[in-house]
Amino acid sequence: MPSIACNALILATVASGVVVSAPAAAQNEQFIPILSYRTGPYAVNGAPYANGVVDYYNLINERDGGINGVKILVEECETGYATDKGVECYERLKSKGPTGAAFINPLSTGITFALTEKTATDKIPIITMGYGRADSKNGAVFPYNFPLLGTYWSAADIAIQHVAKELGGFDKLKGKKISLLYHDSPYGKEPIPMLQVLAQKYGFEFTPIPVTHPGVEQKSQWLAIRQNRPDYVLVWGWGVMNSTAVKEAAAVAYPREKMIGVWWSGAEPDVTPAGDQAIGYKSLMLQHGAGKFPVHADIEKYVYAKGKGSTDSGKVGEVLYNRGVVNAMLGVEAIRKAQEKFGQKPLTGEQVRWGLENLNLSEARIKELGFDGMLKPIKISCSDHEGTRDGRVQQWDGKSWKIISDWYTADEPLIDPLVRDVSAKYAADKKAQPRECSKES
Amino acid sequence: MLYREAGQFKTTYVEDMAIFPIRQDRIALAVLLGIAFIGVPLLATFHIWPFGSDYLLWAILLPFLILALAAIGTNILVGYCGQISLGSGAFMAIGAYSAYKLVTGVHIPLAWLGCAISIPPLSVLASILLGGLIAAGVGILFGIPSLRIKGLYLAVATLAAQFFFDWAFLRIPWFTNYAPSGSVNAPELNFFGLIVQSPIERYLLCLLLVTLMALLAKNLVRGNLGRQWMAIRDMDIAAELIGIRPLYAKLTAFAVSSFIIGVAGALWAFVYLGSWEPLAFSIDRSLQLLFMVIIGGLGSIMGSFVGAAFILIVPIMLNLIPAELGVPLSTETIAHFEFIIFGSLICYLLIKEPHGFARLISIGKEKLRLWPFPY
Repeated sequence: MPSIACNALILATVASGVVVSAPAAAQNEQFIPILSYRTGPYAVNGAPYANGVVDYYNLINERDGGINGVKILVEECETGYATDKGVECYERLKSKGPTGAAFINPLSTGITFALTEKTATDKIPIITMGYGRADSKNGAVFPYNFPLLGTYWSAADIAIQHVAKELGGFDKLKGKKISLLYHDSPYGKEPIPMLQVLAQKYGFEFTPIPVTHPGVEQKSQWLAIRQNRPDYVLVWGWGVMNSTAVKEAAAVAYPREKMIGVWWSGAEPDVTPAGDQAIGYKSLMLQHGAGKFPVHADIEKYVYAKGKGSTDSGKVGEVLYNRGVVNAMLGVEAIRKAQEKFGQKPLTGEQVRWGLENLNLSEARIKELGFDGMLKPIKISCSDHEGTRDGRVQQWDGKSWKIISDWYTADEPLIDPLVRDVSAKYAADKKAQPRECSKES
Repeated sequence: MLYREAGQFKTTYVEDMAIFPIRQDRIALAVLLGIAFIGVPLLATFHIWPFGSDYLLWAILLPFLILALAAIGTNILVGYCGQISLGSGAFMAIGAYSAYKLVTGVHIPLAWLGCAISIPPLSVLASILLGGLIAAGVGILFGIPSLRIKGLYLAVATLAAQFFFDWAFLRIPWFTNYAPSGSVNAPELNFFGLIVQSPIERYLLCLLLVTLMALLAKNLVRGNLGRQWMAIRDMDIAAELIGIRPLYAKLTAFAVSSFIIGVAGALWAFVYLGSWEPLAFSIDRSLQLLFMVIIGGLGSIMGSFVGAAFILIVPIMLNLIPAELGVPLSTETIAHFEFIIFGSLICYLLIKEPHGFARLISIGKEKLRLWPFPY
């Protein structure tokens, strides 16, 4: 009898797969895919970010009726932060909606590497805000990659600037020991070349220490840190790796004040599991931090008050939630910009790419959008797909993140030669002819 | 009635020794190959359902073909020769990274000798095949312990290969041509002037290689060598007593298996991923291949294909069904359901048929022979 029931169940499952229902697609919709991860070891960080993204798109639909009347249509796909699943999700979603995906945002440097070539062939821009390939800042070689607001090379430089400031000047860096505790994936390895350049320039001793995915096993790394006693430990972690690092630091009595996380290692889920042990831990800020701004009032009014929010309202305003909101806003503004040129209708990825490359948000416009205090003005161009490279440092006081520094701007003349070399190598490998930015309108 | 070999007389040895001695099997295979080689490209060229977009080609057929090839390789070692291996992922990685090194040119300076080993960049096809050969060489090396250790202990020894190569490709920058992020890019797929780029071209390339290798494997396992492997698998002492040298039999199994897995690894990297990092060939991949072989059926080439399809496609289907039906479930819930249902399906299958799909297929054939008058 159970066997019959099981057979029936399987039959039902198979049969339901055969039924292909095509939802009636309204024509005036702009499709935006969301690659998210709400399961697995990175879900603690992936979920709040995805919630921010979804809520902002909902806000645009609920408050403004879409982008100039073009409704946003989204579909989520769970990647689990795994590269192969990310590629599958991308293939699944890239041609949905009336005009295909407007842009893609994988929230994973590994998936970004895997998609870089595909998105260029499919003509779909890939927005990697604060992550992704650092060399893709060079839009001449990477026309479809947009590492908006900051790359890992900018982050590395900002972190060292802050260390120098705490020590009392760049000359004090000489002979100091700085370790990088990194997630052993393209994400964690990305800052290494920049830190090597910086180590050579300022004369500090740089030691990279890898942590294997997913990062719950860090005992030997922290023993090495205890023996080596570096003056600072930079943390390039994600998911459970961050909170584990903080706990392990406490276990070997390494001062948390001397730890500086990248902007992906500085959110609430990274420190709260460590409790009081996390007090004093610092991290970079990708411009914005936690807290509520005018845009949040709108989200609460138009999304949460209508019961359409994707998380409990208490989590609105957390660091990663805010990052999702900022990310969605930049994408929406790029579409808006592209609509100025191509008309108020659903646009293709190629048209949105133009909007991204010509994106220019002034201080007044940012204020108008309700992001006053979260963001600085940003201007993208063909040769600069990053836009701005500013950051601050925040510190965890046991209850909330406190901003403890002024704005730093990454040293462009120092980073650019590296961007040029690495992107030129990519172009040579791919036998691709870089665009000439001076000739672009 | 339809599937009956009565009346098919074999009058020559060639006919008797054919790979597919039953006419209906040959017809079925021809139809299958016809669909794969002609039907799919035709449908895809004219964008006829279900080939409206590249999704089916890119995200399902391409990975299916390549993983099926890797599963065939694993099956030769695990299913035919009985040597449990947890290092298939590592051999895929060796194939991928060797092919990458060969296609970009190898330069090893030997300072103490005052000379250098230099190999100019090779063509893509030569690199892929040589990548397979290098994997075969390494396979032999890691197969040597199999002469002394058996069963689960060997599995642990091959696990060492997995971890060693994971480490090597992650830590030794030479293998990745000193790429800053450790992620490397596949070269342009140039086959004698023909540039393989679109999904359909990639599909045909993989299909061709997979068909050739599957035929090669099918032929090998029913020949002298295959019989030696199976003898070793069934009882190594008895095999030794009837004059089979375990050294030769086991190491050839390791070599052939690693070669096929290596080629699959190179294809996975070059044709499917395009840009990869060692995580693409982690222990998860090894386990995935082992499960494909177990579910598909140990000691069956056909089973490797079915196992690959089951492990790769069923989770994707499970994930797609709620969205296609318009059931409003969050991606989180769908992902959890996917795990629950897929896990129960595996349990159900292995309880009902421990010998996997291959056994189900042969039972089906037996029943078909008697149909419609079973006794």
